[in-house]
Amino acid sequence: MIKKLFSHHETFVFLAIVIFSLIITFINPSFFTLENMFDLLKSYSLMGTFAIGVLFVLISGGIDISFTAIATITGYVIAVLLLQNGEQLNIVTVFLIAGGIGSLLGMVNAFIIYFFNIPSIITTIATLNIYYGILTVLSKGKWLYGFPEWFGKYTQMYVFKLHTANGTPYGLSVITAFWFALLLIAWFILRYTVLGRSIYAMGGNIASAKRAGFNLLKLHLFVYSFMGLMAGFASVIQALLVQTVAPNSLVGKELDVLAAVVLGGASLTGGTGSVLGAVLGVALIAIMGNGLTLMHVPSYWYKVVIGTVILISVGASAYRHKVSTRRRVIIEVE
Amino acid sequence: MERKYTEFLVLSAILAGVIGMMWLLNGSDFMHLGNFQSMAFQLPELGILSMAMMITMLTAGINLSIIASANLSGIVMAIILTQTISPEATGPGGIGLVVLAILAGLFVSALIGLLNGFLVAYLEISPILATLGTMILVSGMALAITKGYVISGFPPAMLAIGNSSIFGLPAPILIFAVGVVILSVILRHTPLGARIYLLGSNPTACFYSGVNNPQVLMRTYLISGLYSGIAAVIMISRFNSAKADYGESYLLLTVLVSVLGGVSAAGGFGRVSGLVLALIILQIISSGLNLMGVNTFLTVALWGTVLIVVMVIQSIIDRLQEKRRSV
Repeated sequence: MIKKLFSHHETFVFLAIVIFSLIITFINPSFFTLENMFDLLKSYSLMGTFAIGVLFVLISGGIDISFTAIATITGYVIAVLLLQNGEQLNIVTVFLIAGGIGSLLGMVNAFIIYFFNIPSIITTIATLNIYYGILTVLSKGKWLYGFPEWFGKYTQMYVFKLHTANGTPYGLSVITAFWFALLLIAWFILRYTVLGRSIYAMGGNIASAKRAGFNLLKLHLFVYSFMGLMAGFASVIQALLVQTVAPNSLVGKELDVLAAVVLGGASLTGGTGSVLGAVLGVALIAIMGNGLTLMHVPSYWYKVVIGTVILISVGASAYRHKVSTRRRVIIEVE
Repeated sequence: MERKYTEFLVLSAILAGVIGMMWLLNGSDFMHLGNFQSMAFQLPELGILSMAMMITMLTAGINLSIIASANLSGIVMAIILTQTISPEATGPGGIGLVVLAILAGLFVSALIGLLNGFLVAYLEISPILATLGTMILVSGMALAITKGYVISGFPPAMLAIGNSSIFGLPAPILIFAVGVVILSVILRHTPLGARIYLLGSNPTACFYSGVNNPQVLMRTYLISGLYSGIAAVIMISRFNSAKADYGESYLLLTVLVSVLGGVSAAGGFGRVSGLVLALIILQIISSGLNLMGVNTFLTVALWGTVLIVVMVIQSIIDRLQEKRRSV
C-alpha cells in the first residue's frame, strides 16, 4: 500500500506541501488559519483555472503558452461590453462570451499545429505575441474599470460565511466554488470519458494513436479550444477578483502556471498528469508564495525558491522515470 | 545538400527584396550610412543570442534560459566593474578590471550552460522544462542580487567594447563575426559538429554509432551558455548598465531568427550562414518599421506572424518534396 503510494508523483508533492506548511506555521502561526486558507483559495482560483487547461494540453503531448494572451483578449472584450451595456448582461453571459472567444482563439492554435505540423511551443510563442501585440495596439494599453454594480458583488459572495473575531466576514467564495466545479468536470472528462482517455493515448504515443484510429484533428481541436475556454473563464475570474482589466496584467505569468502543472507531475512528453497533481502543484506554488510573504522574506527571493523547487521536482521525477525504464529493460532481457 | 543551397538563394532574394522595399518606403532616410551603422551596433546582441538558441535547436532542444543567463552574467560583470579599485592598479582605463569582469561573467554563463546540459543530458529532462526551470532560477538570482535595481557606471575600457569602431567597423560587429566563424567551424569542421547534427536528426542512431550522447549535449549547452555570456558583454557595454530584466523580448526573436534561417525545430538541420542572412533581414525590417514610426507592439505581432508563415511555408515545401521522392 505504502509502496504503491510512493510510486505516485502526487505523494511527493503532497509531502512537500505538508513540510512547507509546517515550517511556515512554525515561523508565523497566522499562516495556518481558515481565513488565510480561504483567501489563498480565492486568489489562486485564477492560476488554478489556467492550470486545468494547461494540464489538458500537456497530457496531449503539446504545450501552450499563448493562454495568457488569449485571456487578455477575452478579458478586454468583456470589460468593454460591461462598460458599454453592462445592465443587459449577467454573469452567465459574461462567462459564455469570454469562454466562446477563448475557444475560438485556442482553435487557431490547434489548426496551425495540426495542419502544418509545427511544434506547439513555436506556434504558441508566435500566437502569444500576435494576440498580445494586436490587443495592445488596439487598446492603446488603457486600463478599464468601473464595472456595473452587479458584477462587483460576486467578490463578496460566499457559499458559506464565517466571521473573524473582529467581525470581518470570510468563507468559501463563489469564485473558488466555480473553480472547484471546473476541477470536477475536468477530472470526470479525463478519467471517465472516451475523449479523456484518447487525450492520454495521443500524448502517450501519437503514432500509435493515429494507427489505432483516433481522430487526431478532433482531439487537437478539443484540447486547444478547451485551453482557450479555461483562459476565457480565467479572464472573468481575474476581472471579478480585481475589478480592473489591464492589458499587461496576465501576459508574463504563463510560465508560472506551466511550472505549477509540471510540479504536479504532468510531463512535457505527454501522456501523464492528473487533475489532483495539477491542484497540488498550484497549491505548492501558492503556499510557497504566501509563506515567503508571511515569513517576511523579500519578494525578489520568490523566483529563486520556485526555480529551485521546479528543478528538484522535475529532476527527481525524471530520475525515477529513468530508473524505472531501466528496470523494465532488464526484465525484458531476462 | 541541394535543398540547403536553394534555401540560401531564397533568403538572399528575400534580403534583396526587403532592402528594396524599405528603400522605397523610407527613401533616403533608409539608405543613409548612419542608419546602417546604427544597425551594425544593434544586430550583434541579437545575433549572438540567436546562435546560443540555434545550437540547442540543432540537437532538437531549445534553450529558454539564454536571456536570463545573459542578464545574470551581465550583472556579475557589472558588480566587479563598479568595485572601486585605484586606476593605477588596473591599467589604463581599467583594462585589468575589465578582463577580470568578463572572465567572471563568462564563467557564470558557462556554469549555467553546464547546469542545463546536466539536466538535459544526464537526468533526461525535456529541454523546454529544464531550461524553463533554470530560466526562473537564474532570473530570480539576478533579481535577488540586484533587488531590481540597475547597476551602472563602468570604466571607459568596458564602454569601448560596445561603442567604439575599429577601421570604421563597430566593435560589436567584429565580435559577432568572430562568433559566427567559431560556431561555423565547430559545426562544420569538428567531430563535435557532426555529432550535434546526428544527435539532432536521430538520437537513437547516434547512440548506436558509438557517440556519447550526454557528452555532446553537455558541450552543446555549454557553448550555448558561453554565447549568451558574450552577448552579455556587448549588452552591458552598450547600455552602460546591467539589470535583471533587460532584453526579455529577445526570446521570441532568437527563435524567429533561427527558424527563418532554416534551422529545423525538430533538430538536425540548419547552418550559420542562413542564420546570419535571417538576422540581417530581420534587422532591416525592424529598422525600416522604426523609421516609419510603426508601433513597437505591432512589430511584435508582425514577428509572430512572420514566424508562423515561415514555418507554414517550410512545412509545405517539406511535404511537396516528400511526395516527389515517393513518386
